Amino acid sequence: MTAPFYVAPEQMMKDRADYARKGIARGRSLVAVTYADGILLCAENPSRMLRKISEIYDRIGFAGVGKYNEFDQLRIAGVRHADLKGFAFSREDVDARSLANQYAQMLGQVFTHEMKPLEVEILVAEVGSSAEHDQLFHIHYDGTLVDEANFTVLGGDAEAIRERLADAFVAGAPLADALAGAVGALEGPDRRLPEPELEVAVLERQAPRRSFRRITGDELAALLPPEE
Amino acid sequence: MLPSFTPGEDPGPDFGELMKRVGLRSEPITVGPSDAAAITHGTTCLAIRYADGVVIAGDRRATSGNWISHRTIEKVFPADRYSAVAIAGAAGPAIEMVRLFQLQLEHYEKVEGNHLSLEGKANQLSQMIRNHLPAAMSGMAVVPLFAGYDTKRGNGRLFQYDITGGRYEEHDYAATGSGSMHASTVAKLGFRPALSREEAVDLVIEALWQAADEDSATGGPDLIRKIFPVVATVTAQGYQRLEDEELETRSRYLIGRIESRRGGVS
Repeated sequence: MTAPFYVAPEQMMKDRADYARKGIARGRSLVAVTYADGILLCAENPSRMLRKISEIYDRIGFAGVGKYNEFDQLRIAGVRHADLKGFAFSREDVDARSLANQYAQMLGQVFTHEMKPLEVEILVAEVGSSAEHDQLFHIHYDGTLVDEANFTVLGGDAEAIRERLADAFVAGAPLADALAGAVGALEGPDRRLPEPELEVAVLERQAPRRSFRRITGDELAALLPPEE
Repeated sequence: MLPSFTPGEDPGPDFGELMKRVGLRSEPITVGPSDAAAITHGTTCLAIRYADGVVIAGDRRATSGNWISHRTIEKVFPADRYSAVAIAGAAGPAIEMVRLFQLQLEHYEKVEGNHLSLEGKANQLSQMIRNHLPAAMSGMAVVPLFAGYDTKRGNGRLFQYDITGGRYEEHDYAATGSGSMHASTVAKLGFRPALSREEAVDLVIEALWQAADEDSATGGPDLIRKIFPVVATVTAQGYQRLEDEELETRSRYLIGRIESRRGGVS
């Protein structure tokens, strides 16, 4: 009988992390930025039908990068969790923090116990009653949960995009400015992302109940900085 | 824990099915016939089609047997942005049904990333009423009206139901509840194709007034307590509930008309 190959736990975790990171880096990135009236979610996404950004609940939005089928399953699980919780208790009792914790637990569990880690990074955003109460939870492939202020970047090229976004970020900026900053950060110096390449949505603070709204077509084109 | 399912077990966009899978679904309750009368009941609702869509309205009274148990109950609800549901029957199960129905439509929309068609929404409600049949047979019937704006066809549509979940699309007007006979007669006599919004609102207010005049379980406008029927329109702009000020003006106008018709004698 042959003994199974010994692999040091450090090596195993490193291999899995590399695998997940490679998978995530293949996809395109996404940013979330707080602005005057809520939270802006902006992704580079040439597909009209396969969404990276979507609605979870009244004040909560979801965004994912990496492998579509994996983060879409997570999205649906989140919608189910939120709707069940809201039905069993009340709509006010559904919050982003508890959902983010659940996601972190699930991703951590898969990372350590399953054959293959999930090749995703996700964001749970909740728009608050005022800007101080806005929440951005960034959850990594291994279940690492980070609570970010003002803005966050998901995806392979996160470091470079984060630097550009940090330069452009102004607290309490109007939507058009926030969008220009977000798109500029995703674009980088050498290319332009026209309207069909973008997926944009906002969580609007003033909305009476469901705050999630997609910005598409003419509305989006009008908000984008004019092409030189 | 986040709900997760194997592909074969996945409930899809169906919230009712999801509740079953996670063990949250409660069976319909049933009571003996002698107890049924003591349960709070809501009564008259009606909807009519007009030029821009539909107007849907319900009185505010709830009764338990001979008692008026609530004067300000609401029986007209937005189901989602483009549709409304009005309920008559046992109030508890009816309100629970509306809550589930609203959630079902929202859940579908979020999971699928797309609205259900108006027809699909009407069928969903039909299934919920059918599942409620055991309770209905024990005296706790729930008989809703469903009205909405069909964004694909660009017009308003009305659906009436029976306790078995039978679904009947009505063309001009529909009513439900104990005062529905009187309310629908008024709607029938006053209906013309493509009524204006004002005409349609006046017509539903009069229909409810006449129903309240004949049926003790239907409440009329209460000018002392400022309680007015709930009236809402569903059009291409979505569900919109009328403000109490407008309803008060229209109710006073109606009462004035009725008075003058009778030469000042009530």
